[in-house]
Parts: sequence; C-alpha cells; structure tokens
Amino acid sequence: MTRRDLEPILRQLLGSDEPEVDCDGCFAALDRYVELELAGEPVDALVPGLRAHLTGCPACAEEHASLRALLELESVA
Amino acid sequence: MAGSDTNSVVSVLATAPALEEWHLDLDGQGARREAAVARLHALLLRAARFEVFRRRASLPQLSAAELEELAQDAAGDAAVSVLRRLGDFRGESSFRTWAYKFALLEAAVKVRRRAWRDREVTLAPDGWSNLPHAGAGPEARAVDAALLDAVRDGIRETLTPRQREVLVALVLEGVPIDVLAERLGSSRNALYKVLHDARRRLRAHVAAAGYAEAR
Repeated sequence: MTRRDLEPILRQLLGSDEPEVDCDGCFAALDRYVELELAGEPVDALVPGLRAHLTGCPACAEEHASLRALLELESVA
Repeated sequence: MAGSDTNSVVSVLATAPALEEWHLDLDGQGARREAAVARLHALLLRAARFEVFRRRASLPQLSAAELEELAQDAAGDAAVSVLRRLGDFRGESSFRTWAYKFALLEAAVKVRRRAWRDREVTLAPDGWSNLPHAGAGPEARAVDAALLDAVRDGIRETLTPRQREVLVALVLEGVPIDVLAERLGSSRNALYKVLHDARRRLRAHVAAAGYAEAR
C-alpha cells in the first residue's frame, strides 16, 4: 500500500482538528451553504464548520453533492 | 460564459429567497393549501427521483418500477417532514432549495438502507485488524508501517468498545452511517458524535506517538 492509498484511510480514521458542525447542524445549513457556494460567495467564512463536516461525513457529503448537482441542473435547464 | 450565467442565476436565488411565496399557503387552509401541498409534493418528487437516479447503480436488483416506488416513498416522507418543520424555514435560501434537501435526504437514506437490506453488519470487536498493512520495503514504507501500528494501537488501547465498533464499521467496513444507525437503534447525528470523539482520541494517541498526520 502506497502513501497515496493510505492517506484517504488515515483522513477518515483520524479526522481533523478543525471545528465542525454535527450532522444536524449540517442539514440545517445545507440549503444556504449550497446557494452561497454556487453564487461564488466565501461560503466557508459565512458558514463555518460545514466544510470540515462534509470532509468527515460521507453521507452528508453525498447529500451536499446531490443538492448542488440538482440546483446546477435546474439553473441551466 | 456559461459559468457566469449559472452563477448569476443562482446568485439571484441566493440573494432574493422571497421570490417564491406560494409556500406561505402551506400554512393556510382550503383549496389554496391543497394546491400548495400538491406543488410541494411535485417538487419533492422531482428531487427524490433525481437522487434515486443518481444512486441507482447501488441498487442493480431493482426494476424501474421499484426505483420509482422508492422515490415516491421518499417524496411522501419528505412532505411530512417539510410540513412539520415549516416553522424552521427562515428564508436563508429559496424555499425550493430548503425543501429539496428533505427529499434528497429521505431518498439517499432509503437507497442506502435498501442497498444494505440483505447484508449483514458485523460489529467485529477486532475489526481494526483489517487496517491495511504498509508492507516491507523502502524507508517510507517503514514509516507508514509504524504509523499504521500507532493507529492500530490507538484503536485497541484508547477507544471505548462503542467507539471502536462505530469507527471500524463506518470507516473500515464502509457501512453507511444511516444503515448502522438503523441496526443499532440510533441516529446519524448520535453515531457521528461517537465517531467524532473516537477520532479525537485516536489523533491524540497518534500525535503522542510523534506523527504529524494527527493534525
């Protein structure tokens, strides 16, 4: 196993020291976060802790990706 | 440029969330409420179908009709959640975006649970031993092997049995958090807290062993 293979596993095992919201906090802010993100706003400063949570929680990250993809699809339709 | 157009459209949504006001009728009565509920359901079904379609590869055994049924169920459950939590909507996004997230969540959870329905979730107390081995070889590999040993030691020595179970299932066994929550009679948020605390203990252990990876 190379370091490149190892790093994603270590990242998921160890997480990070960055302050993060929990899953409920993520869900509460997700709509605002995605709209700001798509508008090109400095979203990580405006909604602190959500990006770190998405890095640590695959389920919330999938739902973030889906909401973003759906809004992008509708904005070009 | 297409990208600028996309940004400007979304920017309008982000800065003028009050443009859609039909949702106010959801709190009303009579025919106007019925029309608003029908509109809400159509919106939620669109999002649920989108999510089920995105994740259909994880459900190869399901027919198109079964996938549609899953989307319909998700939209129905999302409608219940949205109507129950209308008071939580503070206009920080468009109502459409706010409602969409409920349908995406319901659909994603249903897809994950369906995909794991017939799979056993084993909470092996020594599952951490599945952690990959770096193997012998160059000096870099020796460092990686020592780091992995420190992680293994940390899992074995510093975590509670519950933290160990949850960390191993979620990270090493790849069990989706909603599936694990269902099997353990818990919630996504509660399990994530267990995972978060386990990671913090593990980072402290690995840092104490002298590894910068535990930042």
